[in-house]
Amino acid sequence: MNIIVCIKQVPGTSNVKVDPVTGVLIRDGVQSKMNPYDLYALETGLQLKEKSNGKVTVISMGPPAALAVLKEAIYMGADEGILISDRKFGGADVLATAYTISQAINTIDDVDLILTGKQTTDGDTGQVGPETAEFLNLPHFGYVTNVEIKNDKLQFISNLETKVMKANITLPCLLCIEGEINTPRLPSYKRKVKFGSCENQIKIMSFEDMKDQNENNYGLKGSATQVEKIFQPKKTTDRLVLQGTKEQMAKDLLNILRERKFI
Amino acid sequence: MALKINHNLVNEEIAKTLVDICPFKAIEYHNNKLSINAGCKNCKICVKKGPAGVIELVKEEIKTINKNEWKNIVVYADIEENKVHPVTYELIGKARELAQVINHEVHVLAIGYNLNQTVDKILHYGVDKVFTYDHEKLKHFDVERYTNVFEDFINKNKPSSILFGATHIGRSLAPRIAARFKTGLTADCTALEMKENTDLVQIRPAFGGNIMAQIVNSNHRPQFCTARYKVFDAPEKTINPTGEIINCPVKDKWLKTRVEILEIINKKKEEDISESEIIIAIGRGVKSKEDFNLVFELADLLNASIGCTRPVAEAGLLNSKHQIGLSGKTVKPKLIITLGVSGAIQFTSGMKDAECIIAVNNDPAAQIFDIAHFAVFGDIYEIVPELIKNIKEEKSNV
Ligand SMILES: Cc1cc2nc3c(=O)[nH]c(=O)nc-3n(C[C@H](O)[C@H](O)[C@@H](O)COP(=O)(O)OP(=O)(O)OC[C@H]3O[C@@H](n4cnc5c(N)ncnc54)[C@H](O)[C@@H]3O)c2cc1C
Ligand SMILES: Cc1cc2nc3c(=O)[nH]c(=O)nc-3n(C[C@H](O)[C@H](O)[C@H](O)COP(=O)(O)OP(=O)(O)OC[C@H]3O[C@@H](n4cnc5c(N)ncnc54)[C@H](O)[C@@H]3O)c2cc1C
Repeated sequence: MNIIVCIKQVPGTSNVKVDPVTGVLIRDGVQSKMNPYDLYALETGLQLKEKSNGKVTVISMGPPAALAVLKEAIYMGADEGILISDRKFGGADVLATAYTISQAINTIDDVDLILTGKQTTDGDTGQVGPETAEFLNLPHFGYVTNVEIKNDKLQFISNLETKVMKANITLPCLLCIEGEINTPRLPSYKRKVKFGSCENQIKIMSFEDMKDQNENNYGLKGSATQVEKIFQPKKTTDRLVLQGTKEQMAKDLLNILRERKFI
Repeated sequence: MALKINHNLVNEEIAKTLVDICPFKAIEYHNNKLSINAGCKNCKICVKKGPAGVIELVKEEIKTINKNEWKNIVVYADIEENKVHPVTYELIGKARELAQVINHEVHVLAIGYNLNQTVDKILHYGVDKVFTYDHEKLKHFDVERYTNVFEDFINKNKPSSILFGATHIGRSLAPRIAARFKTGLTADCTALEMKENTDLVQIRPAFGGNIMAQIVNSNHRPQFCTARYKVFDAPEKTINPTGEIINCPVKDKWLKTRVEILEIINKKKEEDISESEIIIAIGRGVKSKEDFNLVFELADLLNASIGCTRPVAEAGLLNSKHQIGLSGKTVKPKLIITLGVSGAIQFTSGMKDAECIIAVNNDPAAQIFDIAHFAVFGDIYEIVPELIKNIKEEKSNV
């Protein structure tokens, strides 16, 4: 099976702040890492590869520094990596990101399965997977906790709010993998020594490599949403003391519960 | 808007300033050439704070749309097996507020099978029109079929904004349709406002809630967003609904699918307290096993799970899977009510990130009050029964 796993590089912590003067995100100077949810998708992909004698290609769209997460994935067991990187891709929202990823996947022959994580820890929308599937005209399913190969189909389990669903899906398809469903393997030291900088494993794709050569479909120009501003949420750290008669306190509590929609 | 480097103004010192000023490390200087890489987030700090004129903002032609061609606000009715998810009513409430600003109507789109009664219920929340696509093969949510149906709806009605609940259906359907129409989608909005030019102002958390972003979608229609359950308020039901029902034909060619459902198992009520939205935590202040029944009654009324401190679990009063803290579970519910818990650091480290902490303790000096949002100085044996009485009255009034 020819499997593609989408991985994103995210800031090492989501504990970021907004500069009150410039309105720009301040990154703590902490390092970047692979989106933690993508580790579960990658582990799922690697297990399916082992069962089907297949191949895993990891792809990531981002700045040159995102090479680091592709290397990590290769040390974990992925066969190849693709870094989708071009200044023309910068400033992409979900629409432009999914479109660009779908364009990159279109250049790969005989793809059977595309896996994404549940969401990222920065943008946090969880929508790149379904939009990518739409652009590729593939069926997709989310909240997937288990995948098995059944002849020319996949059988999966999806964990929804009130129910668990078992279903078959035809190949090729895209599945968004739930978090914490497996124990992602660690990068192997042997593979690290063997592949090093992964020059032969990772290729970089830029705008020129895409079939659609209309710049207006990529990056900021291809994005529909505009972030007007970012700010820090107000925290209600103020403590309110309730005292008095039991009747009064119970009534106050009832109001608090009602206001906050707990009843 | 795009960034342009005026290379004739660049020297080594200016280049260094610009490289340092960029919070995203997106400006590079190699071989005497300044460039902007793919890390650029278009924050424009290099234009505003950098050496004047070196990096410029150049306006580009953007194709504009005729916003007047797109009218009305649509709520997607989140329906499963003819049960309407209550987030639908909350969105209707919000949609009515938004529609008022621009004099639009509020429409609901319902996709499913045997929808008559379901649609009647929806009409009572005061909408102008409900469009139904009713077909046996639309009984269960299927993202390919539903997207095709939705496409037809948008093509025929050209709505300005479409609101979805951030349920598993909304999170799957909204992005597919947004991509089909190549328009923007804002996820998990916590506030929505309407501009007079019909642009929907969407506010949402990102970075796990540490950052809020205000987002618009001003050059595309329809505007799509999802919002979670219990963020907005459902309107009062009207007794005599005036809305109109419009039944739309379903074409066979929309009904192809590549997913075959084999089995659906309804989940039992959540057992794992780390997943619970509401928790009542019992401490040693609750004296005996008999007294627990009081707490269980309150938990039932609030649909809450039960947590406890270590001494309670160690005494065998509750199973250790209920224990919160350093040697128990870490929880981050929307609400935690602690009853007779002193608030030792080993306990609070497992629950201090709860969105709302109500602590009841008769010792005003108890440590738990340091982290509580609502500190109730009182005796649980007095307050809990009184609160139960109040909630019951409240519920019987609805
Ligand atoms: C504060 C803030 C708010 C934002 N809000 C919105 C918004 O409401 N709407 C919008 O359209 N954009 C929004 N964006 C932009 C958007 O987050 C990203 O630009 C977009 O590229 C990725 O979306 P995500 O991080 O939410 O990914 P998700 O959709 O959460 O990611 C799901 C999965 O898709 C895959 N994936 C995602 N990104 C990549 C990538 N670059 N390379 C490879 N695989 C990937 C991964 O497998 C990941 O697990 C926002 C950005 C910020 C900073
Ligand atoms: C290594 C280590 C790990 C630990 N791990 C955990 C852990 O994971 N979880 C955990 O919970 N603890 C843990 N502990 C124990 C912790 O230090 C505390 O001892 C424990 O949390 C106290 O539990 P409590 O609040 O129920 O009891 P107490 O400290 O006895 O507090 C009872 C409280 O109830 C109040 N009260 C009494 N009667 C009433 C009444 N009628 N009305 C209102 N209030 C009343 C009292 O004022 C008092 O504040 C750990 C300790 C160690 C050393």
